[in-house]
Amino acid sequence: MNRLFFVFGLFVTAAGFTANSAFAETPVEVLAAIKAEASGTPGFQGFSATRGESFYKTKHNHDLSCASCHTDNAAAQGKHSETGKVIKPLAPAANEERFTDMKKVAKWFKRNCNDVLDRECTAQEKGDVLTYLLTVHK
Amino acid sequence: MLRAKDFIRMFAVAVLVMGMSVAPISGVYADDDEDEGDDEGQQVVVSNALWKTECGACHAAYPPRMLPAESWHAVMSGLDKHFGSNAGLDAASAKEITAFLEENASTKGREASGKPLLRITETREFKSEHDEVAARDWKNPKVKSPANCGACHTQAESGDFSEHNVKIPR
Repeated sequence: MNRLFFVFGLFVTAAGFTANSAFAETPVEVLAAIKAEASGTPGFQGFSATRGESFYKTKHNHDLSCASCHTDNAAAQGKHSETGKVIKPLAPAANEERFTDMKKVAKWFKRNCNDVLDRECTAQEKGDVLTYLLTVHK
Repeated sequence: MLRAKDFIRMFAVAVLVMGMSVAPISGVYADDDEDEGDDEGQQVVVSNALWKTECGACHAAYPPRMLPAESWHAVMSGLDKHFGSNAGLDAASAKEITAFLEENASTKGREASGKPLLRITETREFKSEHDEVAARDWKNPKVKSPANCGACHTQAESGDFSEHNVKIPR
């Protein structure tokens, strides 16, 4: 009898793993990849959540900041500044899908930085922002 | 206390039930390419996973039938300057989405202007379908933009724009 329950437990665990593997990476792994990129920059001294928060909330070009669409509270639901379309929360604590796919992360940083800063973000900026987002709780 | 045999039997039944509950869901997806027989007259709901993800990220994934093929071609050729934003895609994605949009595009005649319209809101169909919407509703912050289909079309995400599912926020 006990052995049966053990087998059943294995089944459930395996199912759990399968579900998790839908995410290619974890936010921590994504951050490590950004760090590897940033380390190549002269004078790199690590990431800062404080700097990331300031970058996230500061209006850059076109009167836009990250917070314009993702809101000041990254754990809250956002809204596209032009179309009004609802945007799911950005902070991994509030949305487990966030920062789990390196390709997607790269694509959206590129697109959104171009909209907000008219240029791509540096690895330092991306790392600071993700470090900050990882400190945001629900 | 359950005997091992009973447990195995229960487990088998549970697996069977789970399998059955999944089947109708895949049926719904399979139905995507068929005429949904909507009350608004031949709303054909078609879908493509890439189109839904890419086009639906910043705005509702506008159904291909809302613009003629030449308009979609023009929109997809100018994604780097897409209404003030660089929405450029990798070549393979752009090719697949363009084909999907063109294949399922509106077959109604050209608009009077002669050159392809890029905005759905400028099409005759959009204007006539929305002529009864009051100006104050368009200005409602909950609506914000005519691009925000989902503000009133509660089922816009699934491609259903029928009047039954319209709920104008107040």
